[in-house]
Amino acid sequence: MPQDITVYITDRNGEKHEVQAPTDMNMNIMELIRAYELAEEGTVGVCGGMAMCASCQCYVLNDVISLERNPDEEAMLWEAYHVKENSRLGCQIPITEEIDGLELEIAPEQ
Amino acid sequence: MIETDILIIGAGPTGLFAVFEAGLLQLKCHIIDALPQPGGQLAELYPKKPIFDIPGYPEVLAGDLVTNLMEQIKQFQPGFTLAETAETIDKLEDGTFIVTTNKGTKHHAKAVAIAGGLGTFEPRKPQLENIAFYEEKGVEYFVKDPELFRDKRIVIAGGGDSALDWSIFLSNVASEVTLVHRRNEFRGALDSVEKVQELKKLGKINLITPAEIVGINGIEHVESIVLENEGVQQVFETDYFIPLFGLTPKLGDIANWGLEIEKNAIKVNNALDYQTNIDGIYAIGDVNIYPGKLKLILCGFHEATLMCQSVYQRINPGKRYVLKYTTVSGVDGFDGTRKEAEKAVVKSID
Repeated sequence: MPQDITVYITDRNGEKHEVQAPTDMNMNIMELIRAYELAEEGTVGVCGGMAMCASCQCYVLNDVISLERNPDEEAMLWEAYHVKENSRLGCQIPITEEIDGLELEIAPEQ
Repeated sequence: MIETDILIIGAGPTGLFAVFEAGLLQLKCHIIDALPQPGGQLAELYPKKPIFDIPGYPEVLAGDLVTNLMEQIKQFQPGFTLAETAETIDKLEDGTFIVTTNKGTKHHAKAVAIAGGLGTFEPRKPQLENIAFYEEKGVEYFVKDPELFRDKRIVIAGGGDSALDWSIFLSNVASEVTLVHRRNEFRGALDSVEKVQELKKLGKINLITPAEIVGINGIEHVESIVLENEGVQQVFETDYFIPLFGLTPKLGDIANWGLEIEKNAIKVNNALDYQTNIDGIYAIGDVNIYPGKLKLILCGFHEATLMCQSVYQRINPGKRYVLKYTTVSGVDGFDGTRKEAEKAVVKSID
């Protein structure tokens, strides 16, 4: 039985949440944010997870994951607002055992 | 005044399929959509992406699903008010509705079905201080009528499919097409990127990358834009500036119609007919919410079907009706066509 991992997410109001995430459901960070309702429904994951809207943009706060973006993600972030060096799209970060302990902050609405 | 039985707001898959189910009940539909073409998100956001959970289709491209739905409903002759958004709604004493768009088009309907998905797609605007002043004075966020740009100089900004596709199309319409993008790489269909490359070589598209538009000038209308290229600013003369930076959905004016809203969606009675708190206004597809709601196309189809049955009862109170199957009854179009199963031929065996 795969173990759940822990992810720390700071919401758009600055509140930090410690959430448990399953690694066996093919989920990503955008879906985790929606599952725990950490952002208002309709303001995150608007395109469904196709790296086409940047509504799930997050800032990566520790070095648990690489800041390397895939080409679709990179292209989307070039056109998004509030982008920083540590920006990633939540929908492009799969939930795996490797990201246990990841700390993120949800970027402002686009 | 446009007259119809069911006014559908939103031309996505749910709204389109509602036309079919309404047609089987002899109800006429008219659809309003903010985008210039039907299909909603499927056509605008991801036409080339495959969908794997439409029953009966192991795989179908979003754009093809829209084409098929349009083919499926054409015999019911739906009307369309495209590139306009539903702004106000008035309920008349007889229980019918008048919906007026932002362009003043009036629609009179016996029932209203909101199939607005995530909301109205509004353009993502570049963060330029004076851009609002130039809207409809040289700044256009959509290409609604390419003829507007006939023999004009245009600057298109963006790096996705719409920027590429419109640059290609308008290179045969405008006198001068300039495509500006913040980086050298474009994110679009390979054939579109290659076509732009070819048109650049032929001198039909002026490609400027990596560059950004940082200002707009003009007294009453756009006269030039300011380009920033590797730290150097340059004034570039143009008649039109078309930023194509994608679209963001917003519930928009519908949020002010007195409907019960929860989590950016419209609450409906899912136990019965997907009607909202206002009698005669329904909400179907991704725009609604109820316990257990799933935002799936296939759920939208189901909701559209139940909505149509309810509208039929509303328009024809007391009239007895039982559900008919298309396999048995065929489909009678409003255009005089009839589709039906071939009659089985009975042949004796010697």
